[in-house]
Amino acid sequence: MARTVIVDLGTGNLHSVYKAVAYISGESSVCITSRPSEIQSADYLILPGQGAIGAWINQMENNPGLKEAITRRLDAGPVLGVCLGLQALYHSSEENGGVTGLGILAGHVKHFSGHPAHREAAEGKDTLKIPHMGWNRVRQKAEHPLWHGINDEERFYFVHSYYVESGNAGQVYGECRYGNRFTAVAGHGNLFATQFHPEKSQQAGLRLIRNFLSWNGKP
Amino acid sequence: MALAKRIIPCLDIDNGRVVKGVQFVDICDAGDPVEVARRYDAQGADEITFLDITASSDGRDTLLHVVEQVAGEVFIPLTVGGGIRRIEDIPRILKAGADKVSINTTAVHNPDFIRQASDHFGNQCIVVAIDAKRVEAGSGDRWEIYTHGGRNPTGIDAIEWSVRMADLGAGELLVTSMDRDGTKNGFDLALMKQITRSVPVPVIASGGVGSLDHLVEGVLEGGADAVLAASIFHYGEFTVGQAKSHMAERGIEIRM
Repeated sequence: MARTVIVDLGTGNLHSVYKAVAYISGESSVCITSRPSEIQSADYLILPGQGAIGAWINQMENNPGLKEAITRRLDAGPVLGVCLGLQALYHSSEENGGVTGLGILAGHVKHFSGHPAHREAAEGKDTLKIPHMGWNRVRQKAEHPLWHGINDEERFYFVHSYYVESGNAGQVYGECRYGNRFTAVAGHGNLFATQFHPEKSQQAGLRLIRNFLSWNGKP
Repeated sequence: MALAKRIIPCLDIDNGRVVKGVQFVDICDAGDPVEVARRYDAQGADEITFLDITASSDGRDTLLHVVEQVAGEVFIPLTVGGGIRRIEDIPRILKAGADKVSINTTAVHNPDFIRQASDHFGNQCIVVAIDAKRVEAGSGDRWEIYTHGGRNPTGIDAIEWSVRMADLGAGELLVTSMDRDGTKNGFDLALMKQITRSVPVPVIASGGVGSLDHLVEGVLEGGADAVLAASIFHYGEFTVGQAKSHMAERGIEIRM
């Protein structure tokens, strides 16, 4: 049986992700762990994360062998990143006074308050509330097996205060608008990562996870 | 802007049953929470909130069991509130499958609790619930914070409190008008308007919904990012789907 491993970096949404995968493929097919050996041998790897990116990256670096196992596993076999699991793939984030990410995708992670639309809002127009919390539309920017059966402009559940500004349009699979457009889904090769939470996005989210669990890791 | 306004059915849970009180008293039974949650999910609820109004620790474990069951089959955000006193209470709730916790009385006794909770778990999962009651205060509107399910006045100004909670790390505020709760007379729109204008975080309006137009007013006049209601859904007066259609017809961005 194909084994799905959810990487435990100590943040909140692990159990929600676990429950969604277990709902689709059964409890015996999925585990939550931070053990490097299990991560490297995972058929499907999910990198979830929520909360502060600084603590998340520290957890990865302070756990012997963990960062190496994750980085190596990111090179081959299907990987789904969720929320911080998207943001951590970039070079840097403004969060927690500036954090260096894994640098796998080109771009940076910024706070919504620095967003031009937010500055306009602060000058008296409609306020842009932070966090960006709720159901927003995702425009699909590229064909991808994980989009199968999901409508373009479908709504997914977001909750985040930092957003990805991609430096490579070819790595962007989906965009969302909150004030301005930002990168909602990105990846390359075997990697697909979402800013939204598919595990909390009802039917569309479950469909995306189901697509992931039958993906061969090729775009 | 494409971000949808949210409709959040609220389940007050007492000893494993959904109940609904009028102005925080007069409790009556409204069903099995797992079945009720399942029904709201099927109707298109954007989130579900469980408020634990049980005083006993047995009741609390029952609620966690309910959340665990719901989280295994309902894949939308779930919030749990009621009786959260220590930081250690939060991981238990998240582990059961909740996405956010809602904190009220503990924040009033120890505001720094919100900062600690937010540092630990991220502000996205910390909701501060504010029970506000209009008080006589000479000229102009004024509201005060109450705790313990609306029994104890604190003398704290509701608007100042909202700003402070957002500063300390609340990712969202759940604002209930105690004057309106259970009355079906609509939200306290003046209260909602003042709070939504004063804080940078999303605000959920609660207390007093008796018609679908009240939900519309909460968003268009109160400025709320989400509306919470209980009894109009519990007793089958309206479905969540009807509420959404009505709001969409009035030009509000809704997830259909």
